[in-house]
Amino acid sequence: MRTKTVTFRHLWLPYLLLAPQLLITAVFFLWPASQAIYYSVLQEDPFGLTTQFVGLENFRRLLADPLYLESFLTTVVFSVLVAGLSMGIALVLAIMADRVIRTALLYRTLLIWPYAVAPAVAGVLWFFLFNPTVGVAAYALDALGHDWNHYVDGTDAMALIVIAAAWRQVSYNFLFFLAGLQAMPRSLTEAAAIDGAGPLKRFLTIQLPLLSPTVFFLMVVNIVYAFFETFGIVHATTAGGPGNDTVILVYKVWRDAFEGLNLGSSAAQSVILIVIVVALTAIQFRTLERRVEY
Amino acid sequence: MAPIAIDGVRKVYPGPVEAIPNLSLEIADGELCVLVGPSGCGKSTLLRMVAGLEEITGGEIRIGGRRVNDLEPAERDIAMVFQNYALYPHMTVYDNMAYGLRNRGVPKAEIRALVDEAAGILGLSALLARKPRQLSGGQRQRVAMGRAIVRKPQVFLFDEPLSNLDAKLRSQMRVEIKRLQRRLATTSLYVTHDQVEAMTLGDRLLIMNHGIAEQVGTPMDVYHRPATRFVAGFIGSPMMNFLPGRVAGDGRGVHLPGGWLLATAKARGHAGRPVTVGIRPEHLQPAATGTDSDTITLRTELIEVLGADTLVHGRLDGHDDTVIARLPGSLQVAAGDNLPLAAEPGTVHLFDETERAIGHV
Repeated sequence: MRTKTVTFRHLWLPYLLLAPQLLITAVFFLWPASQAIYYSVLQEDPFGLTTQFVGLENFRRLLADPLYLESFLTTVVFSVLVAGLSMGIALVLAIMADRVIRTALLYRTLLIWPYAVAPAVAGVLWFFLFNPTVGVAAYALDALGHDWNHYVDGTDAMALIVIAAAWRQVSYNFLFFLAGLQAMPRSLTEAAAIDGAGPLKRFLTIQLPLLSPTVFFLMVVNIVYAFFETFGIVHATTAGGPGNDTVILVYKVWRDAFEGLNLGSSAAQSVILIVIVVALTAIQFRTLERRVEY
Repeated sequence: MAPIAIDGVRKVYPGPVEAIPNLSLEIADGELCVLVGPSGCGKSTLLRMVAGLEEITGGEIRIGGRRVNDLEPAERDIAMVFQNYALYPHMTVYDNMAYGLRNRGVPKAEIRALVDEAAGILGLSALLARKPRQLSGGQRQRVAMGRAIVRKPQVFLFDEPLSNLDAKLRSQMRVEIKRLQRRLATTSLYVTHDQVEAMTLGDRLLIMNHGIAEQVGTPMDVYHRPATRFVAGFIGSPMMNFLPGRVAGDGRGVHLPGGWLLATAKARGHAGRPVTVGIRPEHLQPAATGTDSDTITLRTELIEVLGADTLVHGRLDGHDDTVIARLPGSLQVAAGDNLPLAAEPGTVHLFDETERAIGHV
């Protein structure tokens, strides 16, 4: 990527142009983030009357709390499953779309739609599909011999939020995979075909290695998504239950703050999440620069 | 080593677009045949059908006597060099060359030996550990060649392999390809739109236009005895001059613009009918005077001095198109001069109304 150097005649103009973005960042990120850091070192009494500086006590308690560590593990399992499922399906769809020539645009447009659906709406959609009493999918699973009930079965509940979260992300991943596949010169796979590689071998030895930067990029994006943008889905479907089986970190932040009213602990959890997202974003920016040259 | 037979092959793309109506060609064992023509003439389509990358709509292709219509590219025992080289970017030069051998289950030690041999031939031995992006254009081209020869296939297919190189490298690689093909004596089909490449490389040329084979012949054949007006115009640079003519009523000559009468009996069958007369710029020579009926007078308009030669652009009376003559560089001529010219005997081509050659005078 080459950047052009532009010289402005007035010093204030570049700042003016940057102002809206900086304002948004300040109001919606910098200010809340600084508030989170501020509260993370405080403790309030249950009635909110006194506030006390406690240093890193909130963090120390969190890391010693088995419930928090369990939530961490739940989140890791959830995000790995979401990333794996949504990327796997997207890759298969992209490979098929790459072979379609005629109605490619229609196919592509249809596959992108789920991305336009808000997480909470997606959650409600899947909630109804898998509702143990009225859900179509639950009914079908019942017919297949699986007694689906995500209200009592933790595995079912986890499956439900994974499906709902992955479904929305498939379209995003699909776009990137398709673009990656289409950027590959066709002659590469043709050369491999002449070199005696069958379709599967061509995919595994030529196309997939060349897609690896895309795979890595999407992996980071999907994990970030599963970590931070799935609150709506969890809230609309399982609400963290049964028990704590689907309490992922973002959900726990909200629950501890607004249901448990433990602001200090919740703020500390937010800070930990901020550190994770910053780290993941840094990795993602690094890998953006790695490009394959044909 | 195997001959290729292309027998009444037809290609129709969905649409339907008929890219190749009906084409036949025999390529002898060890021969290098060049498919040449303007872009969109179907030459690449034909090559890709031989490779197995395009479905054959009709007819039959045989390699070494074996019908290959329904065989996968891998089963045809061919190797192809692509225009963009199609090197696997994530593999080293060694792995690029070894890929086809590994897919065929060749033992490791043998792969090593074969790759080393091919790399030696192409001067790639020092580059085996590099990735394609660390190579220059000419080196990439050589790796693409190496990938083709390492398998010792029956047939080489080249799809405009030199068109991504600069002019100097192109002429250098042209010689290398020719030498390599001679040395290996592998039957080759070579697609190009560059007529110089076609003339210098090919044992024989197939000149294609709109999916039709205009002429098949040796480079000298197509240059000296073009079968159609298209071939005459396509081969040779600068392009052949075409003049509208009319065969005399008694069939003993052709009347041309500027009062020129070309004496020939070859157009007798076309008495009174229009013909096209073609003369290459290099076959026009200065004549003594401008008064004889077998000389034309060129009103010169533009002089291009090339050193060894001088290209003279001008017009004839009664003819609007520019006529070009390639004259010796020693000739003194200025724009605006009236220059008497005559054609060398045996170098004038006559084409009838269907653009087929009638004869060469």
